[in-house]
Amino acid sequence: MSWEAVIGLEVHAQLATRSKLFCACEVRFGAPPNTLVCPVCTAQPGALPVANREAFELAVVAALALECEVAPECRFDRKHYVYCDLPKGFQITQYERPYCSGGGLTLASGKRVRLVRIHLEEDAGKTAHEGPYSLVDLNRAGVPLIESVTEPDLASAAEAQEYLAALKEILQYTGASGCDMEKGELRCDVNVSVRRPGEALRTKVEIKNLNSFKGVGLAIEHEIARQTALYEAGGTVAQETRLFDPERGVTELMRGKEDAEDYRYFPDPDLPPHTLAPEWVERLRSRQGELPAARRARYVRTLGLSPYDAGVLTAERSVADFFEATARLSRRPKEAANWITNELLRGLNDPAVEAGSIDELPFRAHDLAEVIALVEEGRIDSNGARALIAALFTRPGRPRDLVRELGLELVRDASRLEQWCRAALEGQEAVVADVRAGKTKAVGALIGRVKKAADGMAVDAREVQAMLLRLIEELE
Amino acid sequence: MTALPDALALRQRLAAGEASVEATLARTLQRCAAREGDVGAFAALWPERALERARELDRARAAGEPCGPLFGVPVALKSNLCVAGEVAHCGSRVLEGWRAPYSAGAVERLLAAGAVLLGATHMDEFGFGSSGENSAFGVPRNPWDGARTCGGSSSGSAAAVAAGLVPLALGSDTGGSVRQPAALCGVAGLKPTYGRVSRYGLVAFGSSLDCVSPLARSVRDLELALSVLSGADGRDATCLELPPSEPPAAAAPARLDGLRFGVAEAQLAALEGDARARFDAACAALEALGAERRTVELDLAEHALAIYYVVATAEASSNLARFDGVRYGPRRAGDGSLQGMVAATRGELFGAEAVRRILLGTYVLESGYRDAWYGTAQRARERLRAQFARAFGEVDVLVSATTPGPAFRLGERADPLAMYRSDVLTVPASLAGLPALSLPGGFVERDGRALPLGLQLSAPAREDARVLRVARALEAARPEFARPSPVALAEASA
Repeated sequence: MSWEAVIGLEVHAQLATRSKLFCACEVRFGAPPNTLVCPVCTAQPGALPVANREAFELAVVAALALECEVAPECRFDRKHYVYCDLPKGFQITQYERPYCSGGGLTLASGKRVRLVRIHLEEDAGKTAHEGPYSLVDLNRAGVPLIESVTEPDLASAAEAQEYLAALKEILQYTGASGCDMEKGELRCDVNVSVRRPGEALRTKVEIKNLNSFKGVGLAIEHEIARQTALYEAGGTVAQETRLFDPERGVTELMRGKEDAEDYRYFPDPDLPPHTLAPEWVERLRSRQGELPAARRARYVRTLGLSPYDAGVLTAERSVADFFEATARLSRRPKEAANWITNELLRGLNDPAVEAGSIDELPFRAHDLAEVIALVEEGRIDSNGARALIAALFTRPGRPRDLVRELGLELVRDASRLEQWCRAALEGQEAVVADVRAGKTKAVGALIGRVKKAADGMAVDAREVQAMLLRLIEELE
Repeated sequence: MTALPDALALRQRLAAGEASVEATLARTLQRCAAREGDVGAFAALWPERALERARELDRARAAGEPCGPLFGVPVALKSNLCVAGEVAHCGSRVLEGWRAPYSAGAVERLLAAGAVLLGATHMDEFGFGSSGENSAFGVPRNPWDGARTCGGSSSGSAAAVAAGLVPLALGSDTGGSVRQPAALCGVAGLKPTYGRVSRYGLVAFGSSLDCVSPLARSVRDLELALSVLSGADGRDATCLELPPSEPPAAAAPARLDGLRFGVAEAQLAALEGDARARFDAACAALEALGAERRTVELDLAEHALAIYYVVATAEASSNLARFDGVRYGPRRAGDGSLQGMVAATRGELFGAEAVRRILLGTYVLESGYRDAWYGTAQRARERLRAQFARAFGEVDVLVSATTPGPAFRLGERADPLAMYRSDVLTVPASLAGLPALSLPGGFVERDGRALPLGLQLSAPAREDARVLRVARALEAARPEFARPSPVALAEASA
């Protein structure tokens, strides 16, 4: 008989606030250690936390996008444990009364992944161990996080990864979180158990602190295999917390149930209960934009894009926004989609290109729309458009001006074209004979010669072909 | 009530230019140094800072700038209030040598009002005590009898005021830590409504109870201090969004006609015999002013100590978790590991009472016990609040003694439970967040010496002005309830 996996995720996402959750310190990645700190986030004696309004706003925006029910009142609790990068000796989190509950999201298969809750909490600092020293950086201490906890609704590593991708997309779309995993803005703990189909749940194991989609997948697969093997051998699975080692692709014991910490939760007396007024929540709901799944469906249904292209375009909100603007300005959604999925996204991956995201490009949607218009007008061909876009990556300027500057405009002057064609025909009797014999395709071999004669000026290949055929006919 | 000027009188003299702030301060500093041996109120004096400040104030006045309501008044601060650049060790070795990197909200308000910060006073470690004896750095002696306690935990602040060294001091009151020492030292102390004064920069003991609280030799000085200290502070989420309270009126109310004051009979049982007689005399004095005495039911107050020692220790154990040797304060290496360093630092540097309270607080929050202890205490606290609310439906203020008796001998209450019982009359108002004031309430004799007693008045939350008004009327009507301490008398005649 086979085994089935039961998986639940706890995902920490960093809210995209300007300042920390309980003080005015700036939130910024990569600043020199301990430069974004104050008496509050370094837990100086006497300092007190004051909750950040923007964090609540972003947290509620995320909750609404995930169809959660926002509580009219929530509260912060203190969670105690001892570690050198936890300045107060406790983390301020929401334990008994989180700001929202329920909700969830639907996978492509139609499977619903339910959320138990989402709560707000502060991040701890970062510790680096160097020889006999532990170096503590508190820049991250107090950064706002939302922790979303799913029901054990997932059944495979692939489903878990799909859920994560969908969650990330929604959080990015709503602007609640940047979800940059390389900056630690999205971190995941996984709960895994296995059972025979139809059985009650068996003992679960928690795997902590996974920070890549790949790690999540590998850790789950390894853990399913490990537990299955234990049961198959007649053994049992212990309730424990494990850490994933990405180097070796295995999970390792972190602590057993008997070592589970007692966090001594209690309501934080420094922070009165927080009221989330229903009118305010409704205002945020009314401002909620279209979510990625809806966008994707619309691109296929009303713009006629392929599901693949629609998926590529909606994977990041900034790309989709760029696409929509280009499509609107050019009135050519398919062309816009083509140029963006091919030239723009490829260009962004080019290590020589400075821009890392579509927002950082030195040109905007109206520029791309102009490129599309130039093609429509017959001023340039697709090769010219490609060259033009490549140029736009590195140099400023309006596409119309660049076309001239770069000599991309197709030469329409018939007398010059004829001159170049005649030059190309010289000494090409064999080709001429072939054409006359009915092999009109043979004329293609001459196009390169025409371009050479044009000395870098752009010509329309079809036009050149037609003229060559006409001239060959006239030669008689 | 005393030959030494109170803060208001001193401020008027200085603002009028009858004396310079610098010269007045220089005398204050001399007195403090001279009395160090027999009172021992200060953990640190800041003569340079204070003199610099005094000169600055003198210059400002000479330049025609307006004088603040505490212009030139020297103020002593309990050593758990942060002043940027100064020690605030809270009576604990765990913060020895630490200098606050910022100033408390209350301290900023004092400075904005023109006060001169004189120094930090001794206290029971983190506020854990009722006698001052739990300080790692020094135990003040009572200016009425050097063999006796000043009370605690704001021991040094009460001693400094009672000895006539300063007219005004700040303490903090969590379960009576200002009212009890005020009573035992024969001065006045006000615990404002919880949240009336910002806690930002007050090193936390019990966050839901802590109140920055002034001590003074006159009730009008408490009124003055509250008008300076109170007001909203965006850095303390529990600070009430209320405008600052009114400065003192020129004259004390002559009558208290129509005022109903409540006495809970159950609380009288705690009083020592002669203290009971003094209490009755004080009530009679209120009646003589036209107030009406009523008996109120407050039987839940009997459980107040039990509630308090669960809630306060739970919060304290959490608040003290930050003292781990990582970021500030001294550090002990232990076995060299991180956990070992933290364990050694805490184990070696916290005093016995701090350790006891951390253990108690940790226990009552333990998973599996939390609801039985912390949960029950919270529910009982709500019921006590409700009983106070019912009582205030029948009376305007509640009156009790501040303590069961006068100052006890240093070393007398070695049993922690006996010490905890010193707070039996002050803890109820703390749990309910009420404004409560202790003013001098007559004297009893012990070992041939007169020792002061305190009378405690409390009112519904936010009605700080009410207790101040009643206290001021009583203070004016019965000046014999208060006297300068022998040390203050010596100062006044010097």
